[in-house]
Amino acid sequence: MSAQALLEIADDELILGWRNSEWTGIAPFLEEDVAFSSIAQNEIGHARALYALAAEELGTTPDELAFDRAPDEYRCSRLVALRLVPDWARTIARHHLYERADAIRIAELKSHSDQRIAGLAAKIEREETYHRLHAEMWHERLREEPRYVEALGELEPLLEQRDAGIEELAPLWEEMTMVRRSVPGATW
Amino acid sequence: MIFEVFRRERKGQPFQHAGSLDAPNAAFAEAYAREQYGRRGESAALWIAPRSALREIDDFVDELGRNYHRVDGYPLKEKLKEARERAGTAGDR
Repeated sequence: MSAQALLEIADDELILGWRNSEWTGIAPFLEEDVAFSSIAQNEIGHARALYALAAEELGTTPDELAFDRAPDEYRCSRLVALRLVPDWARTIARHHLYERADAIRIAELKSHSDQRIAGLAAKIEREETYHRLHAEMWHERLREEPRYVEALGELEPLLEQRDAGIEELAPLWEEMTMVRRSVPGATW
Repeated sequence: MIFEVFRRERKGQPFQHAGSLDAPNAAFAEAYAREQYGRRGESAALWIAPRSALREIDDFVDELGRNYHRVDGYPLKEKLKEARERAGTAGDR
């Protein structure tokens, strides 16, 4: 598996983790706030582990891959780059679409010939099981809701778009890398 | 809908009340209970029950003050002293 293919998944997880974390403190109710924030945190953890694998191959570090590339170098899907706060219906539509697609991708990685990749995929899968449980219960609850159905139709085509998200990603990148850029060369 | 959550810290230990949560149905309650009481490895198992399924009783009458039924604070020291004196063994120890 090429480092570029790993980066694609890592970028998806990092950017989605950031976008989902924008709900922390303002999710529709307290229990959901805790659950959704925890999912966001998991996604960023997955990104970190995937960047570490890619970094070994590319001779760099996970932090450099996560934060020191230009916005147009990220390989993430346009779906994850969208800022959806405060639209919960679209947020859950993205969550459902992403988890469904991610499940297929992770299942494939589990049988990868590189043991490190297969092992990491198995670890990620154990956490993603709960993300899917969460996405499915919301999907069941909202499936008749017109705003949700509309959001699914609107967002689904964005999943496979990997080079058109720069206008959505640029403002997030500014925010995400601000602290790191503020003190060049610092080790936190 | 309020759900009460009970957690067992380790296998073999009793379940104890962990807290309560608000969820629209049992599926949500399960997901939220996992997040709040199981995510950090702090529980070996959870019980989740709608509060409405629990029966609370809090009326324990004791009109005649029969405090000899109770096990708390039963003063044994004085009684033991008297018994020893009667038996003539008070100075033995």
